[in-house]
Amino acid sequence: MSRLEARPAPSRAMMLASPLIAALAMLVTGSILFLLLGQEPLHAFYVYFIKPATTLYGVGELLLKATPLILCGVGLAIGFRADVHNIGADGQLTVGAIIAGCVALYFDGVEAPWVLPLMLVAGALGGMAWAAIPALLRTRFNTSEILVSLMLVYVAYLLLSYLVHGPLRDPDGFNFPQSKMFGDSATLPLLVEGLRVNAAFLLSLAGVAGAWFFCRHTFAGYRMQVSGMAPAAALYAGFSAPKNVWLAFLVSGAMAGLAGVGEVAGPIGQLQPSVSPGYGFAAIIVAYVGRLHPVGVLLAALLMSLLYIGGEAAQIELQLPSAITGLFQGLLLFYLLAADLFIHYRFKPRVRVAPAGKTAATPEIAA
Amino acid sequence: MNPDYVIAFLASTAGAATPLVLASSGELVAERSGVLNLGLEGIMLVGAVTGFMATVSTGSLTLGLLAALLAGMAMSLIFGFLVLTLQTNQVATGLALTLFGIGLSAFLGRDLVGQTVAPIAALSFPVLSDIPFIGPLLFRFDPVVYLSLLLVVAAGWMLARTRIGLQIRAVGEAPHSAHAIGMPVIGLRYAAVLFGGAMAGVGGAYMSLALTPMWVEGMTAGRGWIALAQVVFATWKPRNVVLGAYLFGGVTVLQFHGQGMGLAVPSQFLSMLPYLATIAILVIICRDPKTILLNKPMSLGQNFKAD
Repeated sequence: MSRLEARPAPSRAMMLASPLIAALAMLVTGSILFLLLGQEPLHAFYVYFIKPATTLYGVGELLLKATPLILCGVGLAIGFRADVHNIGADGQLTVGAIIAGCVALYFDGVEAPWVLPLMLVAGALGGMAWAAIPALLRTRFNTSEILVSLMLVYVAYLLLSYLVHGPLRDPDGFNFPQSKMFGDSATLPLLVEGLRVNAAFLLSLAGVAGAWFFCRHTFAGYRMQVSGMAPAAALYAGFSAPKNVWLAFLVSGAMAGLAGVGEVAGPIGQLQPSVSPGYGFAAIIVAYVGRLHPVGVLLAALLMSLLYIGGEAAQIELQLPSAITGLFQGLLLFYLLAADLFIHYRFKPRVRVAPAGKTAATPEIAA
Repeated sequence: MNPDYVIAFLASTAGAATPLVLASSGELVAERSGVLNLGLEGIMLVGAVTGFMATVSTGSLTLGLLAALLAGMAMSLIFGFLVLTLQTNQVATGLALTLFGIGLSAFLGRDLVGQTVAPIAALSFPVLSDIPFIGPLLFRFDPVVYLSLLLVVAAGWMLARTRIGLQIRAVGEAPHSAHAIGMPVIGLRYAAVLFGGAMAGVGGAYMSLALTPMWVEGMTAGRGWIALAQVVFATWKPRNVVLGAYLFGGVTVLQFHGQGMGLAVPSQFLSMLPYLATIAILVIICRDPKTILLNKPMSLGQNFKAD
């Protein structure tokens, strides 16, 4: 039996290694699961995790799926750094898509270069407005931002459902609950002809750069980091907690709103009863696996995107259930949280101390 | 308004409230010990699917509920291991448990979609059930409804009057002092978290075995989160859990009875009501920081490490 001993200082190496350990552990679990499902593990592994990235089209799909995850993940990470928990990115994404969709449908038939920028701004503002509700209730009434932002996700889903079943339904759509397809001027340009990845990906990269600059070089970014790491110190320094809450929610709401525009003005091309298979929730995992660092989020989003694409491939080629994707996502976060243990603790072989009485001079956890 | 309709409305309120009564009272005990489990939604979903699965394969509702209870405990054991033994962040771990539970339940339930079971049957008391008005309102529910109410009373009594209840509260208020006088802080928290998980599992199974006797992906639709809000609403007092849950049960069934009662509103807006009501009630309760600070367990959400 060995035990864990507190490190004098958090291990930087483990901080970077723990996401890799988590990913590895998830892959091992995945292989075991494949085996249990009667698949040849190596083949299933190849189809799920490797093959999607071996073709140009596959890489395009990977970047396409990563886009909303990067946008939402970067926004959430900024808040999580300050211990502000926006769990409602999926709702903010949905509202962004709704508002941008309204703009697109209102200017339907107008062929002008300003339609798309207007949609982006409107979508970002829509996401911000939806995110402003939990921020306002938290700062004004002390209401848990976790619960409020989450409740608003369901409200946003229902709002979208109402709109596509009612006012925004395509009159020529054979009664399907969906809007008209958006026109060319309301559709994001493709990055490479033949691939589906569009200009929103560049937007997400700009988001990563912007967030990196914000966290690294601005006082507001510093203030938020201190508030998250040492709340008492932040209080003593007179940093305003409400300011952090507002900033975190407005930024992440805008990013999630943009992600929504990227979906409806990109691969979907219209409003449908659902515009997100839970990107806003997957982005929570992305933010943590990315170590709440913009560049980390970028890498984690690519990994998570691979899980989505691989899940689809496994469903088609191996007849594996699509729900396996969600299972892997949850496992990844579990393993990361468990691996984070090694940032603050290290293994130490058990040393026999005679007589077994009170031996704990340092904090320890039985392992 | 037709009185039969009012009776039907009030009676179905109890059904809609029962999953919340179960999950909230379990979470209340866990929170009283200082542990915030945001994984409730995931636990309820896994409870719903395992309960349904066990009932389909054994034909026994009792075994279904038992399976859900064990599944809820297993889920909360994962949470407890991470949070209590490995000292991970409670908020992040709870979210992870919910996301994992959503994925796991969808995975387990992939072959169950479309199947049905005979729902838990209502009890019938001789004479009492036939009293007009009072009969259908008080004496025609299924046993779980009555059990859930008994459970709240038992949980309240346990917390207020028993030794282990006192210890759980002490551990939630001042874990270091409790540890100093020899209480097993981590062990007590494990017990409270496991109890919370068991109740959430059964609450989920009640949805798939009684309310809508089938399995649908994500069928709890945020009940786990509403149950978490209920604990705040109840200001961590068991008796208020029942009040809150029945209030929300009423709001929830409005969406099924609203149009029948003559509310000409699109169904989506009626479906929004439980979520909007949750937000409204949170605002009302949290507005006065004193109520919250006086009642909230002092160490809620903070990990404890013996040193």
